[in-house]
Amino acid sequence: MAPEWDIPILTTTVDKMVQWARRSSIWPVTLGLACCAIEMMSMAASRYDIARFGAEVFRASPRQADLMIVAGRLSRKMAPAVRRIYDQMPEPKWVISMGACASCGGVFDNYAIVQGCDQVVPVDVFVPGCPPRPEALLYAIVALQRKIDRQRAFAYPAARP
Amino acid sequence: MPMDATAVAAVLDRLVPGSGAQALAAIDQPTLVVSADRLAEACRALRDDPALGYTALLDIVGVDRQGAEPRFELSYSLLAADAPARLRVKVRLAGPEPHVGTVTGIWPSAGFLEREVWDLLGVVFDGHPDLRRLLTPDEWEGHPLRKDYPVQIGAPVRTYEPIQVTEEQFAERILKSRRVRGSGTR
Repeated sequence: MAPEWDIPILTTTVDKMVQWARRSSIWPVTLGLACCAIEMMSMAASRYDIARFGAEVFRASPRQADLMIVAGRLSRKMAPAVRRIYDQMPEPKWVISMGACASCGGVFDNYAIVQGCDQVVPVDVFVPGCPPRPEALLYAIVALQRKIDRQRAFAYPAARP
Repeated sequence: MPMDATAVAAVLDRLVPGSGAQALAAIDQPTLVVSADRLAEACRALRDDPALGYTALLDIVGVDRQGAEPRFELSYSLLAADAPARLRVKVRLAGPEPHVGTVTGIWPSAGFLEREVWDLLGVVFDGHPDLRRLLTPDEWEGHPLRKDYPVQIGAPVRTYEPIQVTEEQFAERILKSRRVRGSGTR
């Protein structure tokens, strides 16, 4: 007669489990602004395949997305639209700034282009390159997963004195 | 056989006295310059005269020749589909506040083209039905393609724009679009 505690059991904290679930299914919003979007699509397709990291579902609606990849140069006229898409995404949400143009303006050092998309949305990971190779963007996704692992799912009240 | 620029200028001079039409040297297509105050009449003649028949306006290009006088130059690219023939008509505009009459009444395609030239170079087209910014945001200041415009403006990035319009603004837009299209009742 087998004892009842023979059932396989794993103990963990709710915090860790929630963050594990979040980092294992990062769904990016479809936001391609320029040529970097070609590399982003390449990363999503079968050759590089972010499905290996649980992030393959590019959502056409910001309401179902966790991650915004700012892929390409962000013009001043586009900035309010990008900010609105970011605001429409439900919490928790993260942002990857892909490429030189999104991160600092790149070669477009002029009046029309925002010199760094962190002036518009809060960026978690910057990816250098012009454009970054799909491997670089994959590395950014993994780096973001590590960051999410370190975050906490719930805010705990401070201990009373 | 398409007419060369000298022949077109001669026809224009006969049809529109005082047009100041003059042929210019060009390597690719007949090019002539007309005086800015007779531009609309000259364009109407270019479109309507059976010997000319330039029925399509393909593009308007603005040039800022800072330091030279007159400072601004507009180049209208015309096409006569029947001939077939192309023509480039130039006008030269003086001053920091250039004005020229609109050709939207002759070729409706000029609407967007003139908006673009105004947006980027600040050439005002008198009589344009809806001279708004086209490429830059609505609240933009200055005209970026002018040679004295700074490359990097360093202005704060605007991240919000109003979504809602008031009832009056909404009604005004509807009426305006009707006026532009020339349909509907007032």
